[in-house]
Amino acid sequence: MKKFNLILGAVALIGFTFSSAATASTLEEVQARGTLVCGVDGGVAGFAAPNNDGRMVGMDASTCDAIAAAVLGDANAVKYVPLTAAERFTALSAGEIDVLSRNTTHTLTRDATLGVNFTYYNFIDGQGFMVAAADGLSSVDDLDGASICVQSGTTTELNMADYFRNKGLDFTPVGYSTSVGTREGLEGGACDAITSDASQLAAIRSETSNPSDWTMLPEIISKEPLGPVVRQGDDQWLDIVTWTLHALINAEELGIDSSNVDEMRDNSPNPSVARIVGSEGETGPSLGLSQDWAYQAIKQVGNYGEIYERTIEPLGIARAGSVNDLWSRGGIIYSPPIR
Amino acid sequence: MSLNSNKFERIPDRLPPINSIGWVAWVKQNLFGSVSNTLITLLFFYLIFLYIPPFLDWAVFNANISGTDRSVCDDNKSGACWTFVKVRIEQLLFGLYFTLNPDQTWRPILAFIVFACLLIPLVIERTPHKKWLLLTLIILYPVFFVSVVGGGVFGIPESDASQWGGLLLTFALAFVGIVLALPLGILLALGRRSKMPIVRSFSIIYIEFWRGTPLITILFMASVMLPLFFPSGVEFDKVVRAMIGITLFQSAYTAEAVRGGLQAIDKGQTEASMALGMGYWQQTIFIILPQALRISIPSIVNTFIALFKDTSLVSIIGLLDLLKIAQNSSRSLDWNGYDIEAYMFAGLVFWMFCFGMSMYSQKLERKLDTDRNTE
Repeated sequence: MKKFNLILGAVALIGFTFSSAATASTLEEVQARGTLVCGVDGGVAGFAAPNNDGRMVGMDASTCDAIAAAVLGDANAVKYVPLTAAERFTALSAGEIDVLSRNTTHTLTRDATLGVNFTYYNFIDGQGFMVAAADGLSSVDDLDGASICVQSGTTTELNMADYFRNKGLDFTPVGYSTSVGTREGLEGGACDAITSDASQLAAIRSETSNPSDWTMLPEIISKEPLGPVVRQGDDQWLDIVTWTLHALINAEELGIDSSNVDEMRDNSPNPSVARIVGSEGETGPSLGLSQDWAYQAIKQVGNYGEIYERTIEPLGIARAGSVNDLWSRGGIIYSPPIR
Repeated sequence: MSLNSNKFERIPDRLPPINSIGWVAWVKQNLFGSVSNTLITLLFFYLIFLYIPPFLDWAVFNANISGTDRSVCDDNKSGACWTFVKVRIEQLLFGLYFTLNPDQTWRPILAFIVFACLLIPLVIERTPHKKWLLLTLIILYPVFFVSVVGGGVFGIPESDASQWGGLLLTFALAFVGIVLALPLGILLALGRRSKMPIVRSFSIIYIEFWRGTPLITILFMASVMLPLFFPSGVEFDKVVRAMIGITLFQSAYTAEAVRGGLQAIDKGQTEASMALGMGYWQQTIFIILPQALRISIPSIVNTFIALFKDTSLVSIIGLLDLLKIAQNSSRSLDWNGYDIEAYMFAGLVFWMFCFGMSMYSQKLERKLDTDRNTE
């Protein structure tokens, strides 16, 4: 996998040097085109998957919607491109997509070698373990000697090996090629526990025939900050995507949501609110956007909390007090001031 | 005045004993003929008894089809959730664009109906003017398909090919692959047997190169590498890239299937046509190819069936073909957990197409075979 990543990195770099030379700014391209082209996974519940009407919904898809609302004034002006993990960075480097919003973990190697820039995080994930509730396990330490279902060939498998070796615990990995496979393994009794990213575990749990039979262990053994990624070399676009996320978070801090944004714009005495909704200051124009950029994003898509509630909560991942809660409520979701 | 007053009269044949005719005999002979047969029969009856009733219970008797959301299925987990397939049928068949714009769904439906109207007479034996029908299907139909489904002409709104999906995409990829790969493959097969060294070595290199590369690699290259060589902004649709990749790949396989047929033709045929003063193309078109293609029908159809199934590999480059969209649909919050139903539906559709192709090829073989025997 590492070698493969390296090759991809090289390919992406070539693509970057090729494409950056002739490119107009991404903002101009998007505005000329009238749609935002957004790379998503397309098959991950809660992040991006088609709903009954054929629209991509989820945290990653909503992030795209918010960017489109901020840039174009229309949250529906998005073309979603489903991408596999292997081709996501190349698609970005080659200019096929404007922004990659595909549950992508921010790591040093990716940031430094792939010709891409990470913006901010829309979900902070981490690898966890899920076991049968009836087994009464309370910690990963209880898993000594257990067999654990895992998707083979992933960093998840390596993380687990590192963690268990470090703790001096024994385990038997049971590999599957898909996450559906790991679920069937767990339900069928092929293993005592299953490991994956916490959001994945929640999705898997919601797919089992009786979700309350399964429980997650408290340990989170890896850091997986996920967020949108842009091409390197276009700082204005990097700012736009980053600050769109910040605007959604700021809006939640200030209590602005999609239902009260009009009222707040007209009546709120708070200058921070006025700066976000565009009735004061020059926040939009300094990014190259219109004055009401953040207003449009909040009005059409909702603030960060609303998006989380709509997309991630139904998976069964509670937000209150978790890392994904606002910094003021014990989480680590924090945004610099918009002024 | 007859000498023999005792006339010889034919006594009617006695009926065979009851246990050697009818279904009783068939059962006795085929199912319980010997000890080992009896054991195998019993074993299979046991297996059928073990697996079929629960399957039918799940798929038919306990299945859910009513309602429009998952609550119906969640309440009754003992049966299949066909409600999911019912609600998502447009998505599974036509992809996201046509689901998002329900007023446009008539376009793929019309395209499929026209296809059926062209194909069914072709399959029926007595249809006149089959050649013209076939030419219409191969040449005019793709133009029709692109203008109706793709839009952008006659005031039909444009639909981006990369937003096609489901059966529509699978069909489009397989159709293009089959229609373009056959002529290309024939040319390559002829080229490989040509006496001209450059043509021959080109054909050999081409065939061996594409045959030696897995389709997944070709698709990946078409998706990932090609765009790097175009300046940003020059967009070359992903679907078109996949079609090109599939066609190039498939033509190599078709070429080898056709070459098998060519090799089976007796040298005498060529010599006889030469003696009649025919040139190379006349020989090839009128004498050699009709016979060679007839022989190679099974292997050509075999490669086409394989191709139809191989199109599902395009999911590796993020195209939502039938299989992938079935998978993605069942991963959405509305329906997650009902992936078995999605896979069963996709499998059934794939099977129907592949079985149809197989039946048609068998029919064609029988027909051509009888033609040959009566010649």
